[in-house]
Amino acid sequence: MQRNSPPGSADIGALERKAIQLRRHMLTMARGQGQGYIGQGLGIADVLAALYFHELRYDPHNLAWADRDRFLLSTGHYSIALWAALAEAGIIPVEELATYGADNSRLEMSTLDTTPGVEVIGGSLGHGLGQGVGQAMGLRIDKSEARVFVELSDGEMQEGSTWEAAMSASHFKLDGLVALVDCNGIQADGPVVLDMEPVADKWRAFGWQTSEIDGNDMKAVVGALADARERNGKPKAIVLRTLPGKGVPRIETAEKSHFFRIDVAQWDGIIAEFEKTVGASQ
Amino acid sequence: MSGTATEAGRTLAMGQDEAVRGGRQSVEAPFGKALTRLGHSRPDIVGLTADLGKYTDILPFRDAFPDRFFNVGMAEQNLVAVAAGLARTGKVPFATTYGVFATRRAYDFVAIALAHSNLNVKIVAGLPGLTTGYGGTHQAIEDLALMRMIPGLTIIDPCDATEIEAATKAIAERHGPVYMRLLRGSVPVVFEAGYRFEIGKARKLRGGSDVGIISTGFMTERALDAADALRKKGISAGVLHVPTIKPFDTEAVAAFAAGVSHIVTTENHVVVGGLASLVVETLFDAGIAKKVSRIGLPDRYIECGAVPTLQAKYGLTSEAVIAAIIALA
Repeated sequence: MQRNSPPGSADIGALERKAIQLRRHMLTMARGQGQGYIGQGLGIADVLAALYFHELRYDPHNLAWADRDRFLLSTGHYSIALWAALAEAGIIPVEELATYGADNSRLEMSTLDTTPGVEVIGGSLGHGLGQGVGQAMGLRIDKSEARVFVELSDGEMQEGSTWEAAMSASHFKLDGLVALVDCNGIQADGPVVLDMEPVADKWRAFGWQTSEIDGNDMKAVVGALADARERNGKPKAIVLRTLPGKGVPRIETAEKSHFFRIDVAQWDGIIAEFEKTVGASQ
Repeated sequence: MSGTATEAGRTLAMGQDEAVRGGRQSVEAPFGKALTRLGHSRPDIVGLTADLGKYTDILPFRDAFPDRFFNVGMAEQNLVAVAAGLARTGKVPFATTYGVFATRRAYDFVAIALAHSNLNVKIVAGLPGLTTGYGGTHQAIEDLALMRMIPGLTIIDPCDATEIEAATKAIAERHGPVYMRLLRGSVPVVFEAGYRFEIGKARKLRGGSDVGIISTGFMTERALDAADALRKKGISAGVLHVPTIKPFDTEAVAAFAAGVSHIVTTENHVVVGGLASLVVETLFDAGIAKKVSRIGLPDRYIECGAVPTLQAKYGLTSEAVIAAIIALA
């Protein structure tokens, strides 16, 4: 069972290495599939590493544990990142990652809750936060200390249901609910098509305790998660500024693309570039 | 408001009750009472509404169990999403709103957040069919058709207070997502106390050899009155009550239809996609070739007005059922 560690005890270097490992898995999966939402996955890798290897309380051998912390991936198409995290966490076999997107694989391009470790069906955007509100209510009725973390995206904030959920979370004082708002600046039609700024002010106006950080800075991510532990009557929002394709310069600098598709041959070059970048940073 | 059923009247305010027809006994808020009774022995039951607690009879539950009741405001997508989340923590949410909002507005949430995961949520939907004079915005005339398309969703259209109480208990005891139409306020008692409701089962209430009326929801009350009146005129009309729209009791419908010469369907719903369509599909699949007359709402939006006026105009009365059957002869 993973347990919350006190904020000061986080081994930032170890978490950064986990994030690198998640990115390595994702690149291998994308190469196998030839395509995928790799930009989003690489962008959220640091947050998933901080959650699964530091912040969340869960038992990989007892996924139904009633007092587990929940992580809800509302953007189902970020599945590539979730599969990498679940494999590293020991919830699904690492070898299974090679089946990403293949017929009959449990590791779909968009998440279904039939795969172990998936708490909610993501992908119909605007569904996640409200379900997180309901789970936080249920845990409160049960007097459980467990918390609910919901990842959602900047584009997803355009769905009105996101704000229906945001209103209800603060009204019902669900202080064990944490929204992780991934602002990577892209959506299906390209760069964000409807300006959502100022994002943090919107969450504050809806009654959420809000912080805004560089979502690719592990120390900042760990610190913001620690600040969000306080049970003070307010739901917490962490606005994460992330870089799509983080860690792979060729994807970072590519035209901002919702769906990344390149020739199989080029994946080897991309992975070599990633390993070179990783080597230089360590 | 007097009980002058078919005379021109005025649109009533939200929550005002029409007079109970035909001098029948009635029960106030049978759903709210039944849910509250269940709440005492079932701590997993949670009440939810979207600013329509007063108009969906759920406030007795709130008063009895304030810690297990949430009013999420006018936000039906969130109502369903929150219910889904509660169900994932082992609760059994009963979520109330009007049928129009549970279906047209929250459809994606019912289909994906609830039904796709077979979550144990009960949606209880007020103002089914033509039970309000507020026009197309409030009249859920096509809700059964819409909800039928959702895999795994159980759909109930109860007839009276007795059945609402029994169905509330039955759906709480059966795991899975449910859409139940609600009759609220003063709800007539049509069935005796011994009436047995079973999810997925039709009930033959009257035998008959000339015509077989297959009916759901409150139209069964009209159908029974029509059958009684027709008997006095020498016409033998049977009545099969089908309170569960999904899963549909095809066996009972086929057996009932086999024993009569002509079938009449009656429903508080458009005649497209609801009971009439189900009966026709069932008979076709069973190889039964018999005439089916469909009584129900037309495929159009209904205007505002007094409910008795509108029900008379659109054929949701025992008089309309009688007239349709006499015309067959």
